[in-house]
Amino acid sequence: MIGLAHYLVLGGLLFCIGLLGAVAKRNAIAVFMGIELMLNSVNLNLVAFNHFLHPEFLGGQAFVVFVIVVAAAEVSVGLAIILSLYRRRAITQLDEIDLLKW
Amino acid sequence: MSNLAIILTVAPVAAYVVIVFLTARWKALSAGIAIAATGASLAISIWLLWSQVMDPTPVHASMSWLSIPSVGGWKGLELTMGVLVDPLSALMVTIVSLVAFLVMVYSTGYMHGDEGYSRYFAYLSLFTFSMLGLVVSDNYFQTFVFWELVGLCSYLLIGFWRLQNAPAEASKKAFVTNRWGDFGFLIGILLLFSTFGTFDFGQLATAIGGYQNLGFLGLIAVLVFTGPMGKSAQFPLHVWLPDAMEGPTPVSALIHAATMVAAGVFLVARGFVLFHAVPSVMEMIAWIGGFTAIFSALIALTQRDIKRILAYSTLSQLGYMFLALGAGSMSAGMFHLTTHAFFKALLFLGAGSVIHALHEQDIFKMGGLAKKMPVTAWTFVVGSLSLAGLFPLAGFWSKDEILLTALKEGQTALFYIGLVTALLTAFYMFRLIFTVFFGAAPEAEKAHGHDSHEAHESGPSMTAPLVVLAVLAVVGGLVGSPWWQTWFGGSFGSFIFFGEPEAPHIDLMVALPATAVAVAGIFFAWLVYGIKIIKAEWLATTFKPLHTLLLNKFYVDELYAWLFDKLMLLGGRILDWIDHRVIDGTFDGLASATKAGGGKLRLIQSGRLQGYALLIFGTVALAVVLFSTNLLGGFPK
Repeated sequence: MIGLAHYLVLGGLLFCIGLLGAVAKRNAIAVFMGIELMLNSVNLNLVAFNHFLHPEFLGGQAFVVFVIVVAAAEVSVGLAIILSLYRRRAITQLDEIDLLKW
Repeated sequence: MSNLAIILTVAPVAAYVVIVFLTARWKALSAGIAIAATGASLAISIWLLWSQVMDPTPVHASMSWLSIPSVGGWKGLELTMGVLVDPLSALMVTIVSLVAFLVMVYSTGYMHGDEGYSRYFAYLSLFTFSMLGLVVSDNYFQTFVFWELVGLCSYLLIGFWRLQNAPAEASKKAFVTNRWGDFGFLIGILLLFSTFGTFDFGQLATAIGGYQNLGFLGLIAVLVFTGPMGKSAQFPLHVWLPDAMEGPTPVSALIHAATMVAAGVFLVARGFVLFHAVPSVMEMIAWIGGFTAIFSALIALTQRDIKRILAYSTLSQLGYMFLALGAGSMSAGMFHLTTHAFFKALLFLGAGSVIHALHEQDIFKMGGLAKKMPVTAWTFVVGSLSLAGLFPLAGFWSKDEILLTALKEGQTALFYIGLVTALLTAFYMFRLIFTVFFGAAPEAEKAHGHDSHEAHESGPSMTAPLVVLAVLAVVGGLVGSPWWQTWFGGSFGSFIFFGEPEAPHIDLMVALPATAVAVAGIFFAWLVYGIKIIKAEWLATTFKPLHTLLLNKFYVDELYAWLFDKLMLLGGRILDWIDHRVIDGTFDGLASATKAGGGKLRLIQSGRLQGYALLIFGTVALAVVLFSTNLLGGFPK
């Protein structure tokens, strides 16, 4: 049957894919998508633990709601930053934004 | 009484402050203030001396100046300020204020018209304050403070005509040479404090009495003695005194004859218990004194400058004083200090009178002045006779006491050195007298427009002190004579003594040879310079190597210059190299290493956001492995 382990592995895989996207992609929107993927993998983990270990305790699901809210807020701020960046320099390739360096 | 001691010390420095800040523009007023202050000090000193003669109990008042209590293993620090009025200090304040007063009166004539007139009297007042403070101090630390102050005043006064090269060089030389002595002195004083816990003379006297470690005590005594060696110009720190003659002659009379150079003798007398406890140090002091005495007398034989002759004479007489102290008689040393103050100040002031009249200092450009300057000439002769030690003048009694002490204490070699030096002393002084005051005036040798034909006797402001000092040079020694003992039941040796009072007596074994050599010296001088039977030039050529050696002052100055150049400058260059290469190198090296490291490390800051994110994730992963597994050692318990 589909048990806890399956969900955890899926969560881990999604996290790794998200990490790869966040770290290795050049496009800023792709990086964002990776970040969202990581957040959502964490959500998956939380809900899985909640359902399989303590079904009557809704703490895990409550936590997930918080994470979704935070993700939404963060996306709005982040997109605003990327938009203003794009307006100034007309690029979306993150590795060209490197003025704050040695 | 201690308040009086404080007033007499402070009056001159009050004069200094007033002159410097208020009355500098009015020359006569400044001089008047200085003289009035010193006169007041003199009056109080005489009163103090009289009360000490009547009742020799010491009067001691002190207050705590800086007190740091002992903490843990550290002893703490107790500095006190105080005055001590006892026979020794009462005598010294009288001598100092008397000679200072007479010198100031004399200076109104000598320094007349000099543009630094007010500054001169200000410095003289400051010096008087410093010297008076030195002799009434009750502890080593305060004495050291005033010791340095007199050194400062000596520097200011030697270099009084500061716009010329020679006085400036001479004042620096005096100060630096004194500094060498003061360095050892300070270390000695600090060792005294660390061993006995006090600077106070009285407390130290009781503490030293019971101290057993003579070797260490001897070291302290030698170190403390380097101070007097510098201040009183004993060999090998004597080199500054002849050069100090660049200062005005009244300054030479006051500082470099009567008072400041006597400070060293005074200090040994004041701290006599320290030296007396270590016989080997006493021996050393006596020999240094004896050697300096004969060494300087030999150099004085060949000098041409009237003030240099007197300077070497001072060195020689100071040697006598240390000879006396080292041989064990504090009374004899102090007695000679007293008589020497009188006749040496007289001689210097007389020389100043001659210099003022002729604007010349080479004795071979002078002659026949006895007719034109009778007061100067005859007081000078009286002073020289006293210096030579002719009965019954002052110098006879004090020199006799010294030679008697040397003989009694078994220092026969030093006794003979003293005798030979007395012969040389009489010779060079009368060489001076016969050349300057008698004989024919040199012809057509016009020095700066003045020649002997235009010389005239100096005014009363200059001749009156000469007469006063001449009287003292004649009768001043009687206080140490057996007659005084018979008339008054006491004498110098029962007023100022260490341990036991010393009664004066004439021992013909000493008095006759001393008088004989003095007369012999005068006779030889008369033969060579008076009637000129023996030609001085013949003597100079026959003994040419010796003559050259003496004329060049045994090449001591050249030796010091060479040593300075080779050793000290070499040391300086080595230290400079260390400073540049090693110390600067270390710190500059640290700085450049930091800079290089930083230069490599900064490349981490690539500016790329994703790189940073990867780094953060990697660290987090590492932390997870550390905390949750045993792979990196696990979480610390």
